[in-house]
Amino acid sequence: MHESAANIFINALLANNFVLAMFLGLCPFLGVSGKLETAFPMGVATTFVMLVASLCAYGLNLLLTAFQLEFLRLISYIVIIASSVQLVEMVLKKYSPALFRALGIYLPLITTNCAVLGVALFQTAREYDFVQSMAFSFGGGAGFTLALVLMASVRERLQLSDVPSVAQGTALSLMLAGILSLAFMGFAGIGG
Amino acid sequence: MSQPTGQMSARNWDEFMEGVWRQNPVFVMVLGMCPTLAVTVSGVNALSMGLATTFVLVCSCGLVSLLRKLIPKEVRIATYIVIIATFVTVVDYVIQAVSLALYDALGAFIQLIVVNCIILGRAEAHASKNPPMAAMTNALGMGVGFTIGLLALGTVREILGAGALFGVSLFGADFQPWVIMVLPPGGFFVLGAWLLFFATLERRKQRKQRNLAEATQNA
Repeated sequence: MHESAANIFINALLANNFVLAMFLGLCPFLGVSGKLETAFPMGVATTFVMLVASLCAYGLNLLLTAFQLEFLRLISYIVIIASSVQLVEMVLKKYSPALFRALGIYLPLITTNCAVLGVALFQTAREYDFVQSMAFSFGGGAGFTLALVLMASVRERLQLSDVPSVAQGTALSLMLAGILSLAFMGFAGIGG
Repeated sequence: MSQPTGQMSARNWDEFMEGVWRQNPVFVMVLGMCPTLAVTVSGVNALSMGLATTFVLVCSCGLVSLLRKLIPKEVRIATYIVIIATFVTVVDYVIQAVSLALYDALGAFIQLIVVNCIILGRAEAHASKNPPMAAMTNALGMGVGFTIGLLALGTVREILGAGALFGVSLFGADFQPWVIMVLPPGGFFVLGAWLLFFATLERRKQRKQRNLAEATQNA
């Protein structure tokens, strides 16, 4: 299986968008997409964690395979992800306390973001090499950010319109996500 | 299970029903969305995912509750995750051994049970403060509620999108399947529709109660 890195990137970004086509990372997608100004930094932070996690997972997988400890894969991946989230948290707290407060509980929750663990697991399952893994995780992160920003923009617009009160809240967000997901299906086929 | 006293079993029942109905993870709390939407393209997938999650939920809540006095507060989340990951690894290997077809259908989503917010949420909010029996009852209720939620989505999507239920064709050969329902957008639409349905029910109940209150006031 030898796809080019560019193909993998486009595929993860659009055709198999992590949120809208593979249903990864839905909790923050529904939770933080209320405002554009928090949606974008959240996307960037998640992308960064995904890159770090993917890098570590790649190295770790080599190590685990060498020692035939594959059954520890899941446990060690999750520990790595938790530590890289801790790292991002400390950096943000130091350099941008305002943003740190705005993201609040969703920052530590990146640990339980399936998109991050998903990247690590999928790259292992598909046996990507180093460059492919990096392209995959960056594409996935960019796709997550894209979906989050799109959703936040639509929801900001929607606050001005008259929605039946029964449909307010999560039901409305899900319907929106469905329509966005339909739109992204149009990308099927690009990037192989 | 034996029933010690009437009062005790009533409390257990209450713990159990909290997850099944009042705090249903899928429809009320809207947690654990990723597996909910991703694997519910058919009834069978939904049921097996629900059972796998229930198993992990009950085992990890039991263990967390047993160890709740030993786990230092500072590292509790990391400890919970390692406990959960251990049980997920067990489930992963068991499913792979029992049915390879099912394993391929669920794919990475079995391993992604680890990051299902329901489990970590239960461990943190309930199991870490309650004795094992209560924690496991509560976890079982949550698991059953989650399974019901998955089934509600999976069966609707399978009927609309493939014209079948648990793999059995319902409408004969002339049925034109509504393919979009088994594709990703369908998951969002069906869950949204269920939430709308429950919101309407809730709205109607509130109106009825208000009318009743007004009627008694006027009388």
